[in-house]
Amino acid sequence: MINKQVKDVAAALAGIADGSSVMVGGFGAVGQPNFLLDALGDAGPKDLTIIANNAGFEPDIGLGRLIGRGCVRKIICSFPRGSSTFDTLYRAGRIELEVVPQGTLAERIRSAGAGVPAFYTPTAVGTTLAEGRETRTIGGRDYLLEYALGADVALIEAWQADRWGNLSYRGSGRNFNPVMATAARLTIVQAQHIVALGTIEPDHVVTPGIFVDRVLHVPSGDPPAAAKGSST
Amino acid sequence: MSGTHTPWSKRQIAARVAADIPEGWYVNLGIGLPTLVAECIPANREVVLHSENGILGMGPAPAPEQLDTWLVNAGKENVTLVAGAALFHHADSFVMVRGRHLDLCVLGAYEVAQNGDIANWATSFNERVPAVGGAMDLAVGARNLWVMTQHVTKDGHPKLVTQCSYPRTATGTVGRIYTDLAVVDIADGGFVVTDMVDGLSRDQLQALTGAPLSFAMDRTK
Repeated sequence: MINKQVKDVAAALAGIADGSSVMVGGFGAVGQPNFLLDALGDAGPKDLTIIANNAGFEPDIGLGRLIGRGCVRKIICSFPRGSSTFDTLYRAGRIELEVVPQGTLAERIRSAGAGVPAFYTPTAVGTTLAEGRETRTIGGRDYLLEYALGADVALIEAWQADRWGNLSYRGSGRNFNPVMATAARLTIVQAQHIVALGTIEPDHVVTPGIFVDRVLHVPSGDPPAAAKGSST
Repeated sequence: MSGTHTPWSKRQIAARVAADIPEGWYVNLGIGLPTLVAECIPANREVVLHSENGILGMGPAPAPEQLDTWLVNAGKENVTLVAGAALFHHADSFVMVRGRHLDLCVLGAYEVAQNGDIANWATSFNERVPAVGGAMDLAVGARNLWVMTQHVTKDGHPKLVTQCSYPRTATGTVGRIYTDLAVVDIADGGFVVTDMVDGLSRDQLQALTGAPLSFAMDRTK
């Protein structure tokens, strides 16, 4: 019998080694695997490379906690603002940053999951992010070469999960989660609800279980309401 | 420079942008000033708003009793969905952006050059914490890119220039600029004014602009 559900967070996170690359889903307060991140921060691995849209928000929650505990050597993201913890470390030269346009980040991750090693994109052509990098003119337009971006581990938050690892999401909680689930060697899910096989209608499965390795039941409830006037 | 003109308010600029969006367009409104456009789209006109984090059919901010904290927009604020909305993941969202499926993106900007270059993501080449978000994808992907901005900076420097001095977001993609003083198209590598506030002379507008203007007033002025 296939059963990807694990009994506790230690089993969920087992084997994440120092130096691992770790994808973290979520956008704003929605779809963040904060329970897994908090536990990983407490476990204290070293020299992680984090791939996420942002660099955390609250200092002691989720990615902010992981960064604050000194577990992160480098972060690859599109918008590292809104995190005082990251700011402090970055200013002190204690954390590396690679800024990637948001759509390029999504497509690099998608490509890794899809077995496509690289692609050309119009995004960032003619900008400082393209300096010194390979471009190619195709059909009269310039494109920038981008490489696929996979990871050792992906940490995902889902709405429903079954024991095969089929997932559904709620609201804007998909964001990077379904793409990241395809692009890591070890995909670990915290799910609000664990349901019996067949409960998620086949038509409504967003992430098929083939992409998922471990599922942990984390009924963490609704995300907090957003503060007004934050940024992208 | 002592004109008797009154600059358009942010709300008035937003209303001008909204008035020019045809029914049926799929539109992404950048964070900041452009978000005001959503409130100005006539109620009887169906325009579908896109948010980078996976929403088509984004509605306004929720009333307290409508609040669903599972829904945020690209600015990470809570939003609502309209009937007919769709939710999807980030890669699909940027398929819409980069794949030229969006009819329009409206962005704010630090500078726009006369050749259509836009600078809107960093104010120096050594930005303390560089952060680009989805701006570079939107600026090359949308079929039309309009900019909404004040005509000059707080210090009075022109934001419409011959060449961007700040790091560029994209090259040659801006089609139109709506400022508090004028509506300016970019055509044949130059700025073409199609409308301007009452009481402002062409010379006054030129003095507030960092590149040559031509005029093709297509409204009733």
